[in-house]
Amino acid sequence: MNRGSSWMQTIKRKLRLYWPLIKSLQTFLLLATGLAGYMSARCPIFHLPTLLGLSGSLFLAISGSTVLNMWWDRDIDARMGRTQKRPLPSGELSSQETVRLGLILSVIGLGWSALLSPLYALVVFAGWFFNVVVYTIWLKRRTCWSIVWGGIAGGMPILAGRVLGVGAIDLIGFLLTLSVLFWIPTHILTFAMRFYADYQNAGVPTFPSCYGFPVTRATIAASSVLAALAIATASLLIGVQWGFVRLLVVLSTGLLLLALGSLVRPNERVNFGLFKYASLYMLASMILLSIQ
Amino acid sequence: MLAYTIGFGALLVSGLLILILGLEVLQSPIVVVVATLIPLSLACGMVWEYLPEWRNFYMTYAILGFLAIGLTRFTNTPRQMAILILALVHGVAGLTIFLLPLGMVATQRSGVGFLMVSLGGALIGLMGVILSFLRMGSKVFSQEKLIRAFPLLFLVITVVYVLGFNWR
Repeated sequence: MNRGSSWMQTIKRKLRLYWPLIKSLQTFLLLATGLAGYMSARCPIFHLPTLLGLSGSLFLAISGSTVLNMWWDRDIDARMGRTQKRPLPSGELSSQETVRLGLILSVIGLGWSALLSPLYALVVFAGWFFNVVVYTIWLKRRTCWSIVWGGIAGGMPILAGRVLGVGAIDLIGFLLTLSVLFWIPTHILTFAMRFYADYQNAGVPTFPSCYGFPVTRATIAASSVLAALAIATASLLIGVQWGFVRLLVVLSTGLLLLALGSLVRPNERVNFGLFKYASLYMLASMILLSIQ
Repeated sequence: MLAYTIGFGALLVSGLLILILGLEVLQSPIVVVVATLIPLSLACGMVWEYLPEWRNFYMTYAILGFLAIGLTRFTNTPRQMAILILALVHGVAGLTIFLLPLGMVATQRSGVGFLMVSLGGALIGLMGVILSFLRMGSKVFSQEKLIRAFPLLFLVITVVYVLGFNWR
């Protein structure tokens, strides 16, 4: 009884430490895009085993790549006020344990996706590769343009879902990927402006540090417009019901107004409001695409 | 349909922006313009649907009213004039939303559920009046308490509109 209870305590403690490593909000948002990509092809068909496979494999692959990203960036995290309390930089977890966890999650996630469909597995692997190797290891510390590659990695779950649904990479899948790719600067650059000093401290090049705040704001506004256009075009091609398209247009208008507001009257509140609205916008768009 | 989309869209986006940016956003001059868009476009949609002979007149009035309020907010219009225009445009739109369902129900051209829209119209009119009082510096209402009540009012208004338009 005591041994069982002690095991439970250990598992609970480990889960409490592992959970922040997967950036749960970001992971679930990306998972939602994957499910939306799949539903955009198959709705209203509800095939539980495939949905379960898609959710499980994507969750594990995304979590694995995020844990590996945390492991690689542990020195940066230790220098940033916002991240230095994470389990790895604070010393609660060892780097060996973290890299082992990242690799195990990645291998299971990628392996599971290979069992579902080879093309789907290839897209999931591309997302993993762009995030871990190209973005995290190669470019993040070298150029502020690394976010483009981070964006491509972020666009892979929705493409993977679509590929699993239709069995091929089609124009709609491409547009859905573009919508996430263009949404990512809105999300990341507003964050980079809010925590400008932190990134400077850690020596990570960001758009605000390379090109200044006005150019960054203009980039955010432009990418918001492009994200809204990409998602609207994809919705029309999918044949989303007119009522949902109208709702999408309304939500896109809010996004564009906030982006415009941050350009015309820039301040911290509008800037971070845009960051939060962009996340909400993406989640709402994905739900609309899923239930259409 | 477009008018309803604009009206409900403005209601939804306003609610989201208040949630995200905080209640301080209500101090912005653009709030008055957006707040006008909600009753004006809903009233337009209802006139378009139920009073086709008034369509052109009401559309012209709505567009001119909206432009006039926009102008008063971003030019040096005398304060009294700005308030008068605001009250006139808001008042007519609010009365349209309030009275039109009453008339339709009374003449049996729609179901009793449509009265919920009248209730929504009354509530949104009340919000407009309170906002106007606050902007005129009235001490009758506690600004903080009223502003805190706005999100709940938004929710109630949305619910009664949804019910009213579905049960009509």
